[in-house]
Amino acid sequence: MSTLVIDKAGPTRKLGSMSRDRIWALRWSYFFLVLFAIFFLTPPVYMLITSLKSSAEISAATNPWWVFHPTLSNYVELLTSNQFLRFFWNSSIISIVVVIVTMLISIPAAFALARMKFWGSATLATGVFLTYLIPDSLLFIPLFKMLAVIQDFTGITLLNRWYVLVFIYPTLTVPFCTWIMIGYFASIPKELDEAAIIDGASWLQTLLRIFIPVALPGLIAATIFAFTVSWAQFLYPLVFTTSIDQLVLPVGITTTLIKGDVFNWGQIMTGALLGAAPPLVIYAFLMDYYIAGLTAGATKG
Amino acid sequence: MFMADVALRKVVKRYDDVEAVRGIDLDIADHEFIVLVGPSGCGKSTTLRMIAGLEDISDGDIMIGGDIVNDVPPKDRDIAMVFQNYALYPHMTVAENMSFGLRLKHYPKAEIKARVTEAARLLDITDLIDRKPKQLSGGQRQRVAMGRAIVRNPKVFLFDEPLSNLDAKLRVQMRIEIKKVHQKVRTTTVYVTHDQVEAMTLADRVVVMNKGRIEQIGTPNELYHKPATRFVAGFIGSPAMNFIPCRLEDAGSTLQIRLTDRIAFALPPARAARYNALPRTDKLLLGVRPEHLTEAHAHLDPGIESFDTVLDVTEPMGMETLVYFGLDGTPVCGRVNPNAGAKDGAPMRLAMDLNNMHLLNEETGVVL
Repeated sequence: MSTLVIDKAGPTRKLGSMSRDRIWALRWSYFFLVLFAIFFLTPPVYMLITSLKSSAEISAATNPWWVFHPTLSNYVELLTSNQFLRFFWNSSIISIVVVIVTMLISIPAAFALARMKFWGSATLATGVFLTYLIPDSLLFIPLFKMLAVIQDFTGITLLNRWYVLVFIYPTLTVPFCTWIMIGYFASIPKELDEAAIIDGASWLQTLLRIFIPVALPGLIAATIFAFTVSWAQFLYPLVFTTSIDQLVLPVGITTTLIKGDVFNWGQIMTGALLGAAPPLVIYAFLMDYYIAGLTAGATKG
Repeated sequence: MFMADVALRKVVKRYDDVEAVRGIDLDIADHEFIVLVGPSGCGKSTTLRMIAGLEDISDGDIMIGGDIVNDVPPKDRDIAMVFQNYALYPHMTVAENMSFGLRLKHYPKAEIKARVTEAARLLDITDLIDRKPKQLSGGQRQRVAMGRAIVRNPKVFLFDEPLSNLDAKLRVQMRIEIKKVHQKVRTTTVYVTHDQVEAMTLADRVVVMNKGRIEQIGTPNELYHKPATRFVAGFIGSPAMNFIPCRLEDAGSTLQIRLTDRIAFALPPARAARYNALPRTDKLLLGVRPEHLTEAHAHLDPGIESFDTVLDVTEPMGMETLVYFGLDGTPVCGRVNPNAGAKDGAPMRLAMDLNNMHLLNEETGVVL
């Protein structure tokens, strides 16, 4: 008898109290979520399957969705090849430095544009965003010319060096990161910095001790964005670097693993999967912050 | 001990073309609790923010402790401010919030701890010292905000509508709390509010502001009993003072005021002497507070005159009943004894206490 009473009060009963509309809304959302999950997960799954096959099996006319003779040879070959590790290292160091440079520029810029009302600050804030709207395919030729001129003028080798990308990528990351952080800083109540000013904090102290901790979710969102953009950038490294030892991962994989019309599919897929891993790991750890950061500006959290 | 008097000399604040504050003179004595009160947009908050240094002043001088501070940044003015939305640092604990200013000034750790402990004890928030603002109720947050001001031991406390975000019951409680704190620490305080009850209960002196100007400065009782202008008379007191158009007339050897064709009251001798020199005009308003409009007793004291009217609406408040009626179309409010038998739509005999009346110039709004 008593078990029956407990069962009635159980949380599973809650579904019964849902309105009909809500149940249908849930069903539809699950339907579309599953649809999109299939759509977006199919390519990586296919990549994973292919990466576990030998070249012979890939070219054989068997079911492409199944591995009959699984092998880790692609992984072993890539991870023991100095070339691939070099690409990986180049990508990592560039992305990390770009993130640091971006944050060092964007945070003070966003703070100044959001809080210090100076002549032209509103126009400047819009201008920052507009520069982000110019596509990189328009910019790479002028940028190349600029760097060539600087190289000739100063004698410092810039072209075909991985470190040139550290100067190029911020043209993409700084405007966007500044823009999202302007929004985030603007959502912090004005009284908070006034309280800090009265407490005796300078602008820099207000930024370091109040704004950065309070806006941390937004900062993390911006960091993830900057990292993803520099990690996945293809056009700029393709244009600015050509020697094998200067290449980054996306360019390196496509240039070294495609020889003429011979596609080394197993290794291409393996390289792409390994290349996708670092952003994935970062997303997994910072997902909660990322979502909070993207929505916080809107709700005045 | 330093002197912490504040003085404003012809202070003006202009935003582009708009004058928010139009030349204010104000002297605040050491230890005094001053309340700036007025409707929204009257310039009271702007005045406070100029004292804090958060707004530049367009003209005039502000002095704290005898020194002109016009161009002194807020942190060097030795002031502390409590904001309407508390403005606590969300990522810091209560103790960290309170000690932030001291830590920036590199006070010794032991002294910071001692000051925070003392302020927490004073405000009864010792148990909350390790919590984050998110975990506190509105009233507790307000206490922390006050604690942050107290630990700095500044020359002047500035409060910007600190109780507006609290519910009515808590507001009354915190009002008493603020008064108690001021009795203990005796710091010069400038307090801004739009609530005249807060102004009356807290202030040593109240500054009533309207449209960027000071209407009147005085103790709560002075403002209540001797308002200088129609604005002050109407703003202070709830329900508000009634203003009834009237005419000043000669009546034999004395004066009378005529409210309607059939209602005219002879003025008491003291009032008659005061108003004797005025022109006999109808451009006047009779100002009378609701508590001076009561039910008529069989025997009327001198200066109290009775009249008959028909009530429109009655509002029983428990300890009194508010009655509303019209005099030639002017709505009037009175306060009668709950046992006086006031009923909606019923006739009633009321008495007006002319010893406490005010006579105002209808055009200028000046109390005569």
